[in-house]
Amino acid sequence: MGLSTNEPLLEVDDLYVEFHTRDGVATVLNGVSYSVGAGETLAVLGESGSGKSVTANTVMGILPMPPGRITKGAIRYRGEELLTAADERRRELRGENIAMIFQDALSALNPVYTIGFQIGEQLRTRRGMSKKDAEKRAVELLDQVGIPGAKQRVRSHPHEFSGGMRQRAMIAMSLALDPDVLIADEPTTALDVTVQAQIMDLLKDIQVERNMGLILITHDLGVVAEVADRIAVMYAGRIVENADVHALYANPCHPYTRALLESIPRLDSKGTQLRAIKGLPPNLTNIPSGCPFHPRCPMAVDRCRAVDPPLEALPGGRSSACLFAEELVRP
Amino acid sequence: MTDPQAVATANAATPLVDAGAPGAPTTLDKPRSLASDAWHDLRRRPLFIVSAVLITALLVIAAFPQLFTSVDPSVGDLSKARDAPSPDAIFGYDALGRDVFARAIYGARVSIVVGVLATALTILIGGSLGLVAGFYGGRADSVLSRFADIFFGLPFVLGAIVILSTFRDVVGGDPVGITSIVIVSMAALGWPVTMRIMRSAAIAARNQDYVRAARGLGASPMRLIVRHMLPNCAAPVLVYATIALGAYIGAEATLSYLGIGLRDPVVSWGVMISEAQTSLRVAPTLLVFPGAFLVVTVLAFVMLGDAVRDAFDPKGR
Repeated sequence: MGLSTNEPLLEVDDLYVEFHTRDGVATVLNGVSYSVGAGETLAVLGESGSGKSVTANTVMGILPMPPGRITKGAIRYRGEELLTAADERRRELRGENIAMIFQDALSALNPVYTIGFQIGEQLRTRRGMSKKDAEKRAVELLDQVGIPGAKQRVRSHPHEFSGGMRQRAMIAMSLALDPDVLIADEPTTALDVTVQAQIMDLLKDIQVERNMGLILITHDLGVVAEVADRIAVMYAGRIVENADVHALYANPCHPYTRALLESIPRLDSKGTQLRAIKGLPPNLTNIPSGCPFHPRCPMAVDRCRAVDPPLEALPGGRSSACLFAEELVRP
Repeated sequence: MTDPQAVATANAATPLVDAGAPGAPTTLDKPRSLASDAWHDLRRRPLFIVSAVLITALLVIAAFPQLFTSVDPSVGDLSKARDAPSPDAIFGYDALGRDVFARAIYGARVSIVVGVLATALTILIGGSLGLVAGFYGGRADSVLSRFADIFFGLPFVLGAIVILSTFRDVVGGDPVGITSIVIVSMAALGWPVTMRIMRSAAIAARNQDYVRAARGLGASPMRLIVRHMLPNCAAPVLVYATIALGAYIGAEATLSYLGIGLRDPVVSWGVMISEAQTSLRVAPTLLVFPGAFLVVTVLAFVMLGDAVRDAFDPKGR
């Protein structure tokens, strides 16, 4: 789809994050690695608590620490190591190079300021724009994200916007400084279905137009299919499968991905029982031995309880963390 | 909400208009923030109106005492000492033959200045420390909170007696000096309450998505605190301030009555009450008039605080 270059823009490499809670240490991220290049959309897919948002927050440097702690790993932006960089340098990169869209735009917009003020704030403080120029630019940005009557709406407060409009405003805000990596953390979860589709289309258009790297965090398989180039499936703080979107849908090579795809309600199988994944995601303070998915896995054998399979490359530029991966691949 | 009757008449008047088309909003609602909502709400509260009228009157008295009396409050005529109220001096004369009405009028200025400045200083100290403690959390919070606890543990009157009697000689007889030392010592003992209020508001605001979003878009800590957290934390402190203002005016009177607060040549209600104690049985009016001014003022500010608190409390709507 997009023109991805060999050099990844953003690279997460073997990231480990722990949360120190009253119940003990929860290993929230357990060796997460992914990367995104210019013009590429990576979807990070997983259930709640699988660590997709934690990864994003760690990349942005807004993970609350404590209780969070990064124990191992690296995050690189254009080859520059971020985790060891000075706070000031990281702050420079935020917004300017890597920006983030939050799930609930109502709570992510400051209720006391107008939309225009909030979009323009970054332009005023970081580009030294005048109040007037910043507002003008805010109107342009609002226009680009499809807010009708942007010129009047720029003076509105967040609570005067509808859910979809707020998310558009949030997107405009994150685009203000022309970042080249955009992380969207469940940008459509708080919206109703028709608006979801509009927002996804908008994100896709913007990503193509600006040749950005887009990391789309979601638990919605339907959202992903049309937009993503690659999909990384997360389970219990690790990536269990990473594949091209078409390959993943056509031939999931991890039992968890397979179960996820089977659990989507289909119009053509009316009347049959919906196939849910049995059981619950593991408690992160007490992750099962071996493969973390084995208690819920229909293919589990004894060896799965003992061996934690690493994410291994398979033919076709994909990888899977399952002992049976090779058997699951269809040539 | 659409008024069905209005729609019906509109349709009747213009039958050619497609009734099914969703009408574009003709009038955009004015932006309504919490503050404008609160203001809208306040204007209809009798409690607020009464207290606002009283406070406005007091502020006018404080600003222009000459408008209300032409008598010099510090000129005494001993031959008139403790004279009862008369048309000449409606509140009578005090032990040194000074016009009690004139003194009560001029006393308003000092009482209100002390109340306002002590409140402002309290909010400045307590508010900024509370914001910092709430924003950074962890060790900074522990250190600042324990520091506040030390001051919180000091009983107000005892603490004020210690501070004021220690620095009494330093300021001497300079009216500005006397007033400032009283203001500073009251604020020094009062700020922990404001800090606690601000701290808890800041902790709640720190974890709000909009603060995280601003941080995620590269806002500096200073900007996060001042531009994003402060406006969202101000309401509870503002409410406390109006109540504290009344309390500080009363506290000034208490300290002056105890003989360690303001003193001659400064004229305040507290000073007047303090001076009245020696001749309480002979001339009770000397206590009653400044006392009445004090009670009404404190009451007005406390009522204002109540009204403001209700208006800013979203649960009350």
